[in-house]
Amino acid sequence: MSVDTEVRPGRHAATPPNKPGTLLRSTGDWARRAPLLPALVFMIIVTQLPFVVTIITSFMDWNAYYPDERGFAGVDNFRRVLTDANTRQAILVTILLTAAVVLISLLLGLCIALLLDRRFRGRGVVRTMMITPFLVVPVAAALLWKHALYNPEYGLFNGVLTWIFGDNAPQPDWISNQPLWSVIFALVWQWTPFMMLILLAGLQSRPLDVIEAAGIDGASQWDIFRYMTLPHLRQYLELSALLGSIYVVQNFDAVFTITSGGLGTANLPYTIYQTFYTAHDYGRASAAGVIVVIGTILIATFALRSVSTLFKEEGR
Amino acid sequence: MSAQGQVTIVTGKKRNRSGGMALSALAWVVGVLFVLPVLWMALTSFHAEPDAAKNPPDIAAPLTLDGYRSFFDTGPWPSIANSLTASILSTVLVILLAFPAAYALSIKPVKKWTDVLFFFLSTKMLPVVAGLLPIYLFAQFTGLLDNIWLLIVLYTSMNLPIAVWMLRSFLAEVPVEILEAASVDGAGLVRTLRSVVAPVVTPGIASAALICFIFSWNELLFARVLTGTVAQTAPVFLTGFVTSQGLFLAKVCAASLVVSLPVLIAGFAAQDKLVQGLSLGAVK
Repeated sequence: MSVDTEVRPGRHAATPPNKPGTLLRSTGDWARRAPLLPALVFMIIVTQLPFVVTIITSFMDWNAYYPDERGFAGVDNFRRVLTDANTRQAILVTILLTAAVVLISLLLGLCIALLLDRRFRGRGVVRTMMITPFLVVPVAAALLWKHALYNPEYGLFNGVLTWIFGDNAPQPDWISNQPLWSVIFALVWQWTPFMMLILLAGLQSRPLDVIEAAGIDGASQWDIFRYMTLPHLRQYLELSALLGSIYVVQNFDAVFTITSGGLGTANLPYTIYQTFYTAHDYGRASAAGVIVVIGTILIATFALRSVSTLFKEEGR
Repeated sequence: MSAQGQVTIVTGKKRNRSGGMALSALAWVVGVLFVLPVLWMALTSFHAEPDAAKNPPDIAAPLTLDGYRSFFDTGPWPSIANSLTASILSTVLVILLAFPAAYALSIKPVKKWTDVLFFFLSTKMLPVVAGLLPIYLFAQFTGLLDNIWLLIVLYTSMNLPIAVWMLRSFLAEVPVEILEAASVDGAGLVRTLRSVVAPVVTPGIASAALICFIFSWNELLFARVLTGTVAQTAPVFLTGFVTSQGLFLAKVCAASLVVSLPVLIAGFAAQDKLVQGLSLGAVK
């Protein structure tokens, strides 16, 4: 039993109360903490400190082109950012882009995970083929979609149209006609494998004996899916949606490469990059950054609450 | 897996064989559709530029290495070397920091170990763009702009939470007896970690390292803002192909494939642990 409390973190909680001597215990505590400290200190310095600076800068009037006018700006930056049509558009684009990519790849990922959760010849090969899109460098994937697939003159999509319909085939300019959807589809292609992998792992952790029993009791395939598989998958769906959102909200590569932020596809990361990199308006870029963080925290706390059970369960 | 086969048979009592065959065929079709763009990229990279730009596409066009030649003529090697340096060194740093930390969060847990774990997780949710400006100003002030070491440090912080969470889930599986034996022998922390724990979790460390390598290799935003001609990485080099330049499709495909190759190799090597890594250890 004592061995167990030593090793299993979940039940460890605190040092047993009957341990003698506070001094002895505190040195023991530090010995335990020592291996953790380098990583912890490193993370605090590299990730938290810059963010504090961002918050301070967001209240400052600071444009690198006008260094003399640097000073306290109060909430001006936030007012300018939130009333600026471009930023509002960027916020809208970010929400649309993230929601569309996450929902579509989640749905596709679920269907494909269900297809792969069966035994068939070449299942391993299909799984490997499925994850390949995720293993293409994001910039390279965006270049591939932009030049090799979407291009109106020599892209594969229009090439296939010519193949099927001959010389009179329609030859749409995909990116100009549907700029946001062009970015969304390229991202769905990369993120569906991610969703599929997590959901497939979820499917394979189902208690098979219960499902088998339900089948023997005459439950239909649909009933089993609706009342057993789906509830079991719920936390996996939430987890993949959360992780997917965190990554897609921050997407810069696809927007930068496919449309260069033009045609109304500039999302917040791209807009911030531009405000700071080309316009050198540091105060405003910081305010926009703070807004992104607040948005992410809202999503994350809401979503984390629902998925934390999965992490906690795993943590035991 | 065999149990699963049985379930299908039991639940779909009356389902005929052809239904199952259709689903298998559908799975194949979907798999091929998803991999097709990559195969198309590979095929196009071996075509001559005029053939690559044909509409309708000419699949049977003669193969050539011209695309690769013209890509390597643009001088990508320094940026590939930079990417290798940044990815490998940051991965080494990540493992050196994350391994003891994971030990302190699972095998000999500190107080409030869940809070610490969730702190690490929360840093992953802080959007990169929010820290970009201060890091840029800091780099400008200290003269670290266009210095590969800056990227190494940033990539380390980017991947450390992933590695801590992943390694922790592997360390939880280390048999108790081994650790007891080590503590009876009076092994110190470093020796316990190096010669007792590490050998048991080598596969876990390897897959965590591969996943960190992938994320560092892929990174664009930091590299784009913080590097110039000296320290630019391979993805930054690729952004030179964003605007069309006449007949250049084969070259673009060759470039994309070459730059993606290390990730494809690392990803297939870590395939079995990919889910665990991507879900930060929450899913096995």
